[in-house]
Amino acid sequence: MIELRNVSKTYPNGTKGLDQINLKIEPGEFVAIVGLSGAGKSTLLRSMNRLHDISEGDIRIDGKSITQASGKPLRMIRRDIGMIFQSFNLVKRSSVLRNVLAGRVGYHSTLRTLFGRFPEADVELAFQALERVNIVEKAYARADQLSGGQQQRVAIARVLAQEAKIILADEPVASLDPLTTKQVMDDLKRINVELGITTIVNLHFIDLARSYATRIIGLRAGQVVFDGPVSEATDERFAEIYGRAIDQEELLATRLPGPQVLEAKA
Amino acid sequence: MTTNANANTWRHKVQKPKKNRYRWLIYLLLLLLYIWAFAGIPFDGIKETAGQITKSILSGLFSPDWDYVYLPDGEDLLRGLLETLTISILGTFVSSLVCLPFAFWSAANRSKPRFASGSGKMLLSFIRTFPEIVMALLFIKAVGPNAFAGVLALGLHSVGMLGKLFADEIENMDHGPTEALVAAGASRLQILWFAVLPQVLPGFLSYTLYRFEINLRSATILGVIGAGGIGTPLIFALSSRDWDRVGIILLGIIVMITLVDWISGALRKKLV
Amino acid sequence: MNTNPRPNAKSNAQANANKSANLSVNPPGQAGLNRDRPQAPGKLKHYLTAVIILLLLWGSSVDTEASLGKLIQGSPNMLDLLREMFPPKWSYFDNIVPAMLETIRMALIGTTFGAIFAVPVALLCASNLSRSAWIYQPVRFLLNLVRTIPDLLLAAIFVAIFGLGPLPGMMALTVFSFGLIAKLTYEALETIDRGPLEAMTSVGASSVQRIVFGVVPQIQAHFISYVLYTFEINVRAAAVLGLVGAGGIGHYYEVTLGFLEYDKTCMIILFTLAVVLLIDYVSTKLREKLL
Repeated sequence: MIELRNVSKTYPNGTKGLDQINLKIEPGEFVAIVGLSGAGKSTLLRSMNRLHDISEGDIRIDGKSITQASGKPLRMIRRDIGMIFQSFNLVKRSSVLRNVLAGRVGYHSTLRTLFGRFPEADVELAFQALERVNIVEKAYARADQLSGGQQQRVAIARVLAQEAKIILADEPVASLDPLTTKQVMDDLKRINVELGITTIVNLHFIDLARSYATRIIGLRAGQVVFDGPVSEATDERFAEIYGRAIDQEELLATRLPGPQVLEAKA
Repeated sequence: MTTNANANTWRHKVQKPKKNRYRWLIYLLLLLLYIWAFAGIPFDGIKETAGQITKSILSGLFSPDWDYVYLPDGEDLLRGLLETLTISILGTFVSSLVCLPFAFWSAANRSKPRFASGSGKMLLSFIRTFPEIVMALLFIKAVGPNAFAGVLALGLHSVGMLGKLFADEIENMDHGPTEALVAAGASRLQILWFAVLPQVLPGFLSYTLYRFEINLRSATILGVIGAGGIGTPLIFALSSRDWDRVGIILLGIIVMITLVDWISGALRKKLV
Repeated sequence: MNTNPRPNAKSNAQANANKSANLSVNPPGQAGLNRDRPQAPGKLKHYLTAVIILLLLWGSSVDTEASLGKLIQGSPNMLDLLREMFPPKWSYFDNIVPAMLETIRMALIGTTFGAIFAVPVALLCASNLSRSAWIYQPVRFLLNLVRTIPDLLLAAIFVAIFGLGPLPGMMALTVFSFGLIAKLTYEALETIDRGPLEAMTSVGASSVQRIVFGVVPQIQAHFISYVLYTFEINVRAAAVLGLVGAGGIGHYYEVTLGFLEYDKTCMIILFTLAVVLLIDYVSTKLREKLL
């Protein structure tokens, strides 16, 4: 469970990134965070695993405060939170397998990972993760030989190998084309359903949020302006979140050439 | 190189850029600089034998002292070249290790105060300014006039340049993987090992090879002051006017450096 | 076994070397459960590379008789030396100013002549300006040969030919700058925009006109920048040419070190550093302005 209590973030130049946020996310939820760019989506997500520090309040992961943790305890909390990035963040020159195994480093002492090979069980786990995202045949290819969608699936496999209980995905599909977008979102959804991993995704496209998430959180100027199930997230409510009517830009469906591919999911 | 032909008719309509006014000042300064420079060089000190010696060296180049290539006992060309090569290999290796902490120190990044990287960069450029041959003079005092002094001199001097090149490589690295490793709960060393090193290592190796090419050239001159390598026999041959031997040594240096450049260049191409 | 893979890796490599080379290395215990998983690529190449590098380093340290012990043993000597260097003998400054000026003169003239000679050769070397590979390949080859000989060696040879003094130093720097500037310039020439060249051809320009109007404007700033860069290098080089008798401040290293006057040596080093840094600074600013 993730709990945010009165979380605020003020940047050194005085702008408020997050403003008095209170949230509780239960295990197994698939949460989509929506809002305009600059609304604080990324800041919110990144403060949950403390890639960004917050200025006020407290964030607790399964009862443990990540805000106060440091050193080894902080790394132990982070180990249980996987993160997926817009730009995949793979080591491009390393093999796919090594990238996936990098998700395991939190489980071993530093010395062991530097001088020893990963244990067989880890390699097996990495292969299973790659099989789950259907990319196992590329295990020994260099990451930069893969397409964008494939690279993002490798990043998902890395999170799976990490055996994370929570997945944070920061605009995971923003640099992908519509068709690969669907594949990646399908992967995320399947993992959420099959393994029960809490998933929190920042999304730009609101129809994508509606078709995959169970709960939608709307942000505006660092404040939560909407928090509820998908059924309540009507176009009118979105217009409120965005402070204007929905733009075609914010709908992925309009960018897809063929008939509604995404409908089936809902 | 001003192209101001037929400007007369248009002068009243189109104003010429004003930049040209300063130009004459710059040319004047340059002229004065050159007058000063040439006035100070004594052009009359040329030995009368110059032409003859040039001829001797050239003929030495074309009819080299082949016997010197390999002598069963004592100093010969191959041993001299080999020592030059080994000095530069070891010197490059030493500097590639020594420069690592300096490179990470002087690489700027977001989470580091500016003065930290700034001071590192200053130190590196300070080291760079020290000529290797002066360093060799100092190391000779410590370990005696031998190849090891040359190794140490090259090892220390190259830190200046390699450290800077390495630091640039670190600065230009993609920070995404680092972030991903932080998010996965990796320790600092694990981040270094899994995210930083795989990205920068090819660049590091390429720069090291490049520096090796430079060091090989430097190593040929270290012998001039007694720090090992082919330079010593060359100086002896020059002072004893053994032009055939000068010829074969020059030939040896040219062939060795050309070969090494070629191999190293091919390796560097493969790395990138 | 996993905590210490080094000896393991070595024996693995040896085992592989004994077997045939195309046997791929299987991670232990994985052969059975490969469904459609790919095979791990062989690591033989990496092991071989590592072995070759280690051999090179080992051989080099034997040949140069390098030993850490010797360095540690000798470091007190070096500390003594450093101690004697400080404080530097400031009054020596007056004695070395003329030599320093001579150093700068040598660098300036050497760079200038080198730059002048470099221009036609660079034009001949550029594959997009030269008429055929029969011209630019041999010229490039000769240029590379010239570039193999380091400046101090050139100086030693010129001293043997012309006698002691700044003149051979200047010539050495001329040859050295020629090589460097010609190389940098022809590489820059090969990246110029072809458009203006074609335009000049289409208006019926001669080959000299083509170069003056189509090439020079494009390459001018780069060329001056390379010349300044070479000048920076030459000032550093000129400072040590005196060691072989080719003029400049380098001569004073020998004099002061020979008489064990290390405080004077220190003064020379500091003065050289100051001049080099100053010239570097000015030249870098100028180059930034140019490009």
